Amino acid sequence: MADMMTVRLKVNGVEHEGRCEPRKLLVDFIREDLGLTGTHVGCEHGICGACTILFNGEAARSCIMLAVQAEGAELATVEGLMRDGKLHPLQEAFREHHGLQCGFCTPGMLMTALDFLRTNPTPSEREIREGISAVLCRCTGYQGIVNAVRAAAPVLAAGR
Amino acid sequence: MKPPKFEYHAPTSLDEALDALGRYGGDAKVLAGGQSLMPLLNFRLARPAALVDLNRVASLAYIREQDGQVRLGAMTRQRTIEFSPLVAQRLPLLKEATRWVGHLPIRTRGTIGGSIAHADPSAEYPAVLAALEGEVVARGARGERVIRAADLFQTYLTTSLAPDEILTEVRLPAMPAGAGYALEEFSRRHGDFAIVGIAAVVVRAGQRCTMARLATAGAGPVPVRLRAAEEILETEGLGEAAIDAAARRATELVDPDADIHASADYRRHLAGVLTKRALTRAIGVARG
Repeated sequence: MADMMTVRLKVNGVEHEGRCEPRKLLVDFIREDLGLTGTHVGCEHGICGACTILFNGEAARSCIMLAVQAEGAELATVEGLMRDGKLHPLQEAFREHHGLQCGFCTPGMLMTALDFLRTNPTPSEREIREGISAVLCRCTGYQGIVNAVRAAAPVLAAGR
Repeated sequence: MKPPKFEYHAPTSLDEALDALGRYGGDAKVLAGGQSLMPLLNFRLARPAALVDLNRVASLAYIREQDGQVRLGAMTRQRTIEFSPLVAQRLPLLKEATRWVGHLPIRTRGTIGGSIAHADPSAEYPAVLAALEGEVVARGARGERVIRAADLFQTYLTTSLAPDEILTEVRLPAMPAGAGYALEEFSRRHGDFAIVGIAAVVVRAGQRCTMARLATAGAGPVPVRLRAAEEILETEGLGEAAIDAAARRATELVDPDADIHASADYRRHLAGVLTKRALTRAIGVARG
């Protein structure tokens, strides 16, 4: 196709290159072209937050970004959270505190909570609720997620 | 949901961007943070021939103080504004309003220029622009012009920007030191679009009010300055009776439409309630 464009980017520290139409959504590029299906597609119009990734270190919704906009960018997805076969402390907290049931929103919850805790390392419960309101969960009633984020906060702050 | 086909331009300078925009005779859309335009593309409610993406025009992202104004490049992210010490000091109302703009992962991408040019009547930044009597700078093939807030918003999602113009800068007069301010908003869930929001600024000298500003979000097709309500405070002072009178006046000054979220009557009611809350809080933090 004539209007295919090349996209070079780094995902979880690994260089990737792909070719796609300019209209290809970043989330579809991540899943279909890079094969990283941990990032989920939910509402596809920037409401549910399931597709949230870190774009140059900041949480962003990959269903309302174009893949071509990620040329030269550094992305982090849920696949990059584990280190040396061990869960990330935030993932550990989600497991410990029953922060997921079906798991569909979890990748978006985790990536959103990472940026939230990076910019607010000692949040109040109200601030946690406001922070994760960016992502919709239909299973947990949010209480387990709030508990997990609260428990993870001091662990992540200590690791900085 | 996938966007329709479009030609894609990612210029690195404003001149290149204007050049690209000019080639499509109004058929291209400017892509700023994309937090409103991308959903419209995904739904195929927008079908532009081309997108001119400003995200690589580095010269459009800045916050600086000049001539008593804080000038923000159109591509300044809402997250940058949220954490800017200059904004906190000179434009605390803008900082407060930013907390209400979408959610964290929206604000990392969303820009002040995009929000204002999109002109969603329920958005916070247009209300702040109106309340602070700010202006925007537009650049087009014929040069640059400055548009006052009152002349910018025409109706729902419609501004006086020409199709070949790009909003490049937002200029907000620095708020007087000690000015009280508040933005009160009601929405079904935090981060949703406002059903109604009220931005308030109060400059006080004891119980007297030397300047009051009130502007709405979500209470009509464009942000509404509640001038007659402001005048009540400027003539009668900052006592409870004056606040109540201003709030009552606010309900008469707005002409909201009904939609699936709220009836016109309910929006009118909210305009009064939120005016009272915003004024009470603004007066509480005002010094002087």
